Amino acid sequence: MSSDIYWGALVLTLRLAGLTTLLLLLLGTPLAWWLARTRSWLKGPVGALVALPIVLPPTVIGFYLLVVMGPQGPLGQLTQAMGLGLLPFSFAGLVVGSVFYSLPFVVQPLQNAFESVGDRPLEAAATLRASPLDTFFSVVLPLARSGYLTATVMGFAHTIGEFGVVLMIGGNIPDKTRVLSVQIYDHVEALQYMQAHWLAAGMVLFSFVVLLTLYTFNPTGRRQGGLGP
Amino acid sequence: MSAQSGGRLHARFKLNHPGFALDVDLDLSGRGVTALYGPSGSGKTSCLRIIAGLTRSAPGSMAYVAVNDQVWQDDTMHLFVPVYQRALGYVFQDANLFTHLSVAQNLAYGMRRVTQAQRHVALDQAVDLLGIARLMDRQPATLSGGERQRVAIARALATSPRLLLLDEPLAALDAQRKSEVLPYLEKLQYELEIPVLYVSHALDEVARLAGQLVLLDAGRVLACGPTSELLTRLDLALAHGDTAGAIINATVLNHDPDDHLSTVGFAGGNLFVPQQAVATGKPLRIRVQARDVSLTLQRQTGTSILNILTVTVTALSADSPGQVMVALDAGGCPLLARVTSRSANALGLAPGLALYAQIKGAAILG
Repeated sequence: MSSDIYWGALVLTLRLAGLTTLLLLLLGTPLAWWLARTRSWLKGPVGALVALPIVLPPTVIGFYLLVVMGPQGPLGQLTQAMGLGLLPFSFAGLVVGSVFYSLPFVVQPLQNAFESVGDRPLEAAATLRASPLDTFFSVVLPLARSGYLTATVMGFAHTIGEFGVVLMIGGNIPDKTRVLSVQIYDHVEALQYMQAHWLAAGMVLFSFVVLLTLYTFNPTGRRQGGLGP
Repeated sequence: MSAQSGGRLHARFKLNHPGFALDVDLDLSGRGVTALYGPSGSGKTSCLRIIAGLTRSAPGSMAYVAVNDQVWQDDTMHLFVPVYQRALGYVFQDANLFTHLSVAQNLAYGMRRVTQAQRHVALDQAVDLLGIARLMDRQPATLSGGERQRVAIARALATSPRLLLLDEPLAALDAQRKSEVLPYLEKLQYELEIPVLYVSHALDEVARLAGQLVLLDAGRVLACGPTSELLTRLDLALAHGDTAGAIINATVLNHDPDDHLSTVGFAGGNLFVPQQAVATGKPLRIRVQARDVSLTLQRQTGTSILNILTVTVTALSADSPGQVMVALDAGGCPLLARVTSRSANALGLAPGLALYAQIKGAAILG
């Protein structure tokens, strides 16, 4: 076991978490905005769908993603038709899986932040000639910034901590899908407790520092974020 | 100060929301303050929000809103101009400043979104008018209620609106804060030629600020006209009870510093009032409460009462039990007097009777 394996797993994990968080902030913003503002009956069902990953075992999500992205699945047929090949057991597949898995941890803090902004600043902005899009960037984003901090940290940290989904759809391919949590699992399987300790303790420390940062610098986030801080 | 001529607002709507109906036809022209006055739940704020476009009428209702030549909403043509494309200023009951911006940034927010060609109120002018120059670097959270409201009014003015809508801007303030903002509101109508629609349920504000009055009750317009006229119309509840009173638009004639009195004149004669810090020749609005006016057939001498006017009775109406409200004419200016039924009978009060009104006290309204 050389340190290259550690580095490979660490870089892969950070890349996955970074990319997933970025995608989630982009996709989660309109979704959270819609959930916060809509009066449609679809709000309940969509909200429940978004929250599903919180309660489902990761293996269930991984299993269905595997089926949908597989050669017979609709997404699999689409990616094949587009000449992208199949997503399972690839880094791209991990990103898709992580986006689903961490979705509620980004959407819910954003939705709460948008809801606490309320109608009134939007009305003031409208009477001051700001279009809805202008209002979103000049008023809503700054007022919801603590929600964004919570969403970013939670989305990133939660993706780093995922294991079940990765194992189901990513397998255990060095530098492609073997992330830190899988690496720890490998060490334990091989009874290499010392190596497992290094990684496990590192993750405990990382998670603690992340949450400490969040609680220290974002006291209002505790009220805004639906999950955690 | 402004090249903009007084605007004209035409608003007509018929709404039938569950539990709430509104049937209003307003045609307001020219400059000055028009008050929408009525008890809570009478539909004042709803009117204002519909005119602004903040509330959209439910399907099946009819709304038409036009300012000057611009139609903002016409349901029969399926026309609805979104709020942010309407040249209006709106002041909310609790200021509603952006908490993430400083006072200066709040003021700049609306102004930056108006093209240069449409600006006819300079930022400095708005800042001066509301006296907020020393607040520019502050955060809204550190301002008092009155200061917040003044910033909100300046912020609305800085967008160079063609119509200024004020939704009970003083309702959330205590008496002292209120008197801190009122003078600025008064100044607005003289300094800027922007029609102002002012929602209020406080008669003292209306009497002080509004030239025109629209009386709303249960979603319908009860009466509409000059404030001084409506306040003295005996068929309206406004002209009854303890708060009833008339408004006199007078001119300051001279000051007597020895007795601390000022003399003001109007069509019905001259009045002495406590000395005012208003220059000779300037207008002064005075409120004379009905309960402070007594009537005599002969001019009294040897009385402590300074103000005695020659008046003619125009109408009488029962007030509270044992009390009669008497409408008077003083040189074309309407006045009210509340007397007991017994006195009314003893004096033989009847329309056309000429007599003397003794005024015990006159409140100065700015």
